[in-house]
Amino acid sequence: MKIATKFLGEVEIVEQDILTFEYGLLGLKDEKKFVLLPIDANLPLALLQSIEHVEIGFVLAYPFAFKKDYSFDISDEEREQLHIEREEDVLTYSIVTMKETFQDSTLNLLAPIIVNVNKKRGKQIVLQDNKSYPLRYQIGISEGSAK
Amino acid sequence: MLVLSRKRDESIMIGDQIEIKILAVEGDQVKLGIVAPKTVKVHRSEVFKAIQEQNKEALFVSPNFLEQLKGK
Repeated sequence: MKIATKFLGEVEIVEQDILTFEYGLLGLKDEKKFVLLPIDANLPLALLQSIEHVEIGFVLAYPFAFKKDYSFDISDEEREQLHIEREEDVLTYSIVTMKETFQDSTLNLLAPIIVNVNKKRGKQIVLQDNKSYPLRYQIGISEGSAK
Repeated sequence: MLVLSRKRDESIMIGDQIEIKILAVEGDQVKLGIVAPKTVKVHRSEVFKAIQEQNKEALFVSPNFLEQLKGK
């Protein structure tokens, strides 16, 4: 099937690639069906595009490329919600808030997007306060391998 | 909304596993102690509001952002 995307024009997707975000995203509870699309092979980024609304599309970053010591636990409840059986099925992304330049843009490390690629489930989780990562982590100060 | 009055050192139970205890009342500030199973996440509601706003802000992406990225 073909879907309209926010930045990549019309894209052909297969139904098996559609991710279900049962709980939506924070502030966007009703958006439940997304696809992950590559943006540029040379960049650790992806587009999370709603298949229903063209204007709902987020730039996602692979956070470990920008903060190599980023780590957190996924709770048992979230494991169940995402039907996670094996660690290797889990992908982690951060929502990017774009600014004038890429260096000034920020990553949301506090509320990552977790995707179970095997079961095609996604969820935005909120990390517990005691290990708090910033809501706005500036890419320009990043210490990961992409620097 | 259920409204309950409590004094210092009194608590309420939510279900049979979550206890919220009033530890101190100082002026307009109330200090709460929360006992909950590990599977229940406890957050200040401002955190959720901030994330909701951040998500909406992240939807504003200039159409030429790809050029922006390449010019980094």
